[in-house]
Amino acid sequence: MGLESYLLVGAVLFVSGVVCMATKRNGIGLLMGVELVLNGANVNFVAFSRFTSLGLDGQIVSLFVIVLAAAEAAVALSIALNFYNNHLTIDVDRGDELKG
Amino acid sequence: MNFLPIATNIADYLRDSLGLTNGIAMVLAAIIHGSLLVAIFMGTPVFWIWGERKIAGRIQDRMGPTRVGGRFGWLQSIADGIKLIQKEDLVPPAADSMLFRMAPYMVCVASFATFMVLPFGDTWVAVASDIGLYVLVAILSLEVIGIILAGYSSGSKWSLFGGMREAAQMVSYEIPLAICAIIPVTVAGSLNLVEIAQLQSGGFQNWLIFNDPFTLVAFFVYFTVATASCKRAPFDLAEAESELVGGFHTEYSGMRWSFFFMGEYAAMFVVCAVASILFLGGWNSGIPPLDATLNQMRGLSADGSFEPMAYLANAIGMGILISKAWVLVFVQVWVRWTLPRLRIDQVMITCLKYLIPISCALFLGVIAWPLLVYKMTGGAQTSFASPKAENWVKPAVSTPDEDAETSQFILPNSTPDDRMAVADDDRKVAGGTR
Amino acid sequence: MTYEKLLFLIFALSTCGGALGVVLAQRVARMAFWLIVSLGSTAGLYFMLHADFVAATQIIIYVGGTLVLLIFGIMLTASGPHVNIQTSPGELVLGAGVGLMLLFLIQGTVRSVDWNQAAVVTSQGEFVPAEGQGYNPQGQGNTIRPLGMALLGLRPDKDLGAPEEAGLSSGYLFPFEIVSIHLLVVLVGASYLARAKRRAQASE
Repeated sequence: MGLESYLLVGAVLFVSGVVCMATKRNGIGLLMGVELVLNGANVNFVAFSRFTSLGLDGQIVSLFVIVLAAAEAAVALSIALNFYNNHLTIDVDRGDELKG
Repeated sequence: MNFLPIATNIADYLRDSLGLTNGIAMVLAAIIHGSLLVAIFMGTPVFWIWGERKIAGRIQDRMGPTRVGGRFGWLQSIADGIKLIQKEDLVPPAADSMLFRMAPYMVCVASFATFMVLPFGDTWVAVASDIGLYVLVAILSLEVIGIILAGYSSGSKWSLFGGMREAAQMVSYEIPLAICAIIPVTVAGSLNLVEIAQLQSGGFQNWLIFNDPFTLVAFFVYFTVATASCKRAPFDLAEAESELVGGFHTEYSGMRWSFFFMGEYAAMFVVCAVASILFLGGWNSGIPPLDATLNQMRGLSADGSFEPMAYLANAIGMGILISKAWVLVFVQVWVRWTLPRLRIDQVMITCLKYLIPISCALFLGVIAWPLLVYKMTGGAQTSFASPKAENWVKPAVSTPDEDAETSQFILPNSTPDDRMAVADDDRKVAGGTR
Repeated sequence: MTYEKLLFLIFALSTCGGALGVVLAQRVARMAFWLIVSLGSTAGLYFMLHADFVAATQIIIYVGGTLVLLIFGIMLTASGPHVNIQTSPGELVLGAGVGLMLLFLIQGTVRSVDWNQAAVVTSQGEFVPAEGQGYNPQGQGNTIRPLGMALLGLRPDKDLGAPEEAGLSSGYLFPFEIVSIHLLVVLVGASYLARAKRRAQASE
């Protein structure tokens, strides 16, 4: 299977992530959208590392993305928990006040 | 990755003798080996469910199962299985039915998938991956997701508490598990489970547990953490019958309930098999003459051809590996029926305050140990890691050759010429010309 | 149909199906399940791309770590038995329309590039045409040693056999260290943020 098939999978993941981020109102649902977007980018990186002379660099960048996504999820989740503690919901539409 | 090195053997045989095409022969061989793995996967629970009941009975001064299948109740597991199949498959109305149905399969599949990279002998491994141990730890960590989902989707507070305890416990215990598994890897210089086991051949003094004091301690830490990661007592807070009814499997019945236990027993077997490969010599018996004979027999089929004697040697090696793993499983059962259960805060404190610092210290120690040996013997004796068995058996460098030393650090498993050749090939493949 | 194609189809379909499941599912726990399916099959795609270390990392960090954390978060923030915050159908239709347009845009861009002729800038700044395939040691995907060397700042995969005057390629030691510090900061920051300080009253 060629490069373009993998790029198509990456594109579907990316778009699903964007739509997920746009439509979900659950804070954790938004996080999942972010994960999907990062994952779509990762598929592209690894596909390029295989099919072009990008070589190992693509794999290393995807490793960094995976690690940073985990870090981002941890921080975002703790923010979501804090939000839940303050508002007793994780509906992000309720987060419309500036005072914590 | 070498996919199915042994399946290639059988595939060749099928193709040549039956006149099949290459693809079909390969698929048939893969099916044969897949069913062998399933047999081990199913056989372990069947034996150990009986074994655990019998051992528990003996420890508590009773008889255990005595009726089904003769005096010792050999067929108790079969009887249990028939009973479980007959039970009604319940989904509580409060449950999220899709997740509730899927969760047991996830547990079962995750523990079965680890058999994919678990070697049972020199060439008896489904996927001889260069990062076998890493893949194995990764797949084992999937099991927890099924259990958490089971706890959450049951729609019962007992299950939810069980699932949350399991999530907290597993996320914490994966850290010392990974660090302790890395310790023998640093000694061996390879993540390939086959290579790690190969360099422990030739007597039990070569087993990595006896390599230095740090690996000796690391084995016991690993075993403790592995017991916890299979959620066995005294760490079975996720099911804690006395507090949580049944924990994450409170709402399950029948076959779905038994899938959790098949997964649990298979995971016990896998972590114990990994412990015996990493620390206890894998399929090497530890008796030098026997090891030498077995290696000689294995060497007959070094060119990939089928030799009955090599097959026999591999079968004996598999027997040795499984017996070592079963001894460790026996210890887990023994511990379960001897020690009282910890409280959840004690479980977390054990991990976060004791096991993680201990394993970090062991990790640093095992890295510093070769330097210490180097210093104390005046450079005459080193045990610097090298991933290949041939480098392992002659660790002493009588006249320290600077070039050889440094080259070992760059790419330990090949000579400089090899490296250049490999790199040249890579560049040809990459199409890059400078 | 070759076996590689079949495997690719299986993994690609479950990846995309999982992603769509995340978008369409309404219960947040089911979203997590579909995300597991999607990310797990992505690991399968990585194995097919001969990137076995990345694939195993994907499983151990994403599926085994991040998702467990997410499900943990779902349980902690569950106000009812199953959290169910509905998206209105209008929003969903709008999202689907925009998403489809974005997908066609990306696909159009991908199609408009002739990947066989695509030139790739190497670290030396010279253009090397991409002919054939990328880094591929013996076609078996044993990438862990070169990856480890690259994270330590050495690039045997690029430099061995290269002419002297080309100099040494750059590795990733500095980004690696920065990521380590970053993770430490995240660890401290996340545990500070998530400290229990429940201020809202249940009768809000």
